[in-house]
Amino acid sequence: MAIKVRQPGLLTTVQDTGRFGEYALGMPPSGAMDVFSYQVGNYLVGNEEGTAGLEITYFGPELEFTEAAIIAVTGAEMPPKINGEEAPTWEALEVGDGDVLSFDYLKNGARSYLAVAGGIDVPVFMHSRSTYTLIGLGGHEGRALQEGDELEIGESPSGSEQVGKSVDDDHIPAYSRETELRVIIGLASYRLTEESMEEFLNTTWTVTPDADRVGYRYRGGELKFVEREQPAGAGSDPANVVDFGYPIGSIQVPGGVEPIVLMNDAVTGGGYATIGTVISADRDRLAQTKTNDKTRFRSVELDEALEARKQRLQQMEEIRQALE
Amino acid sequence: MGRSDETELAQARYSYGGDEYVFVELSEAMSLKVNFRAMAITNKLRGENIEGITDICPSNASYMIRIDPDVLHPDDLISRLKELDEEVGDIRGFELETRVVDVPVMMEDPWTHETLMRFRDRHQDPDATDLEYSARINGYDSKEDFIEALLGSPWLVTMIGFVPGLPWCYQLVPPEEQIEVPKYVRPRTYTPERAFGFGGGFAVIYSVEGAGGYQLFGRSPVPVLDVQQRLKDFQDSIVFPKPGDVWNYRRIDREEFDRLEAEVEEGAFEYRKKDLVFHPDRALEDPHAYNEEILGVLYGD
Repeated sequence: MAIKVRQPGLLTTVQDTGRFGEYALGMPPSGAMDVFSYQVGNYLVGNEEGTAGLEITYFGPELEFTEAAIIAVTGAEMPPKINGEEAPTWEALEVGDGDVLSFDYLKNGARSYLAVAGGIDVPVFMHSRSTYTLIGLGGHEGRALQEGDELEIGESPSGSEQVGKSVDDDHIPAYSRETELRVIIGLASYRLTEESMEEFLNTTWTVTPDADRVGYRYRGGELKFVEREQPAGAGSDPANVVDFGYPIGSIQVPGGVEPIVLMNDAVTGGGYATIGTVISADRDRLAQTKTNDKTRFRSVELDEALEARKQRLQQMEEIRQALE
Repeated sequence: MGRSDETELAQARYSYGGDEYVFVELSEAMSLKVNFRAMAITNKLRGENIEGITDICPSNASYMIRIDPDVLHPDDLISRLKELDEEVGDIRGFELETRVVDVPVMMEDPWTHETLMRFRDRHQDPDATDLEYSARINGYDSKEDFIEALLGSPWLVTMIGFVPGLPWCYQLVPPEEQIEVPKYVRPRTYTPERAFGFGGGFAVIYSVEGAGGYQLFGRSPVPVLDVQQRLKDFQDSIVFPKPGDVWNYRRIDREEFDRLEAEVEEGAFEYRKKDLVFHPDRALEDPHAYNEEILGVLYGD
């Protein structure tokens, strides 16, 4: 045993990069929602990319270490405390046997990540340690952490030389209550009327309370579908299509009133018309939005999405090298 | 029943799903032929082991590919997919190595009945059961006639997803015999696991308990998802259904339901299934005759 869960927080799960390659079985990838913060945590403590850590949502846990460890807290502004004393984020810290890590109230963002040198050692299920709570697999017993849980820490690949290393300020993201997400319009976007597509892109949407690892639901406008005789197999509602696959990041509008962006624990397919997809580089920021935050969607072409992807990977590589 | 009644080869729609997915809608309308095409194209693609592809997901009238765009540019993939589409053409002569499976289902079981009564306020017709309503709007005189149509011909598994292991099934009958029902007006917040449901043109088995909007007709005593992999049919995968499976939903009574459920509990249950080389041509030309033959393979000795 190495971490004892005194208080679990609102929703704390073991996550890594995700369980890819099983989408055709209906298995979403799960994994850290904000990949940037999660990976940078691993760089800070000297872990290999993809080592499992904890994703901490909205309200932090209280964790007791039963052995010395090197840790880093990244992501949302949810100030960590060690034995009640405020501790820095985006920095590798040393904790000793008996130290208690807790968190102050969330100030900005939505999800913090705890990286531990050596990683959270839970069994690998289908080549990932990520928790998928819907059917109870992966992570710690397939569920969010509970009071009294005990977690093992894996073998650390590095020593204490990481302690005190931190991420440069200009690489630390600032989370705002207003976010712009870039979207590639497509999929079944032909189902929306032209005016409604314009409205979708011009509306400032509000994140509803229904915003979790499966997806984010928004309110703020009403979109209309092109009238048609529904094709065979689709069902009678104009929002319905013949059931098809949903990409991670894809946007659907059931009933025309509440756009949903699917995230890491997505349903992998279904019969609602999808109208576009949030680009991969912007999903980290999406994961740091929360209920009542404002969001606008901006249409971009593939080239811009690929360029944004490249820049994000370059930035992560720079951070990784600086911390080596 | 000739080919002319099938949807003509529609122009496929190629689309980017962000920077990591390519989505191809072969047709807006469902048909057996379009699903055969989706399967043929994705099977060919799988055989090519192209670097940079992480997921190949055939679906009902479409398919989706997840890629690592740092390795494979979406446009390069789309070029190849267009060539594969040409090669597959109207799937004439295409063969599918698959299996035919016996799937027991109890119609009007107490569990889905309790559920559908609980959510009557979310349904098109609060005064009828889902089965009564679906029979009526599909022009059947009685519930029994409707059940006979549902269970009288086998089904093709055309897509897996929504949640792990959930199979969408499309019946191997001519277009004019396809049953079609709307989904609930507002989705239920609860569906028992293994519920046998129907929405749009598709029958499903809910693999896990959860929300759902399909009409509820019955329940299977045996799982389609076994995360612990206790049962023999799940040794290689936690998910039993495969796209291209031919499933025969067989009506069972409460006694058999309880017996099979107990067999699952003991870990002894195994699906009755036989290997099958499936010929889409024949399923399109004379489905009923071909179905007889397929059921002979499944139930003959």
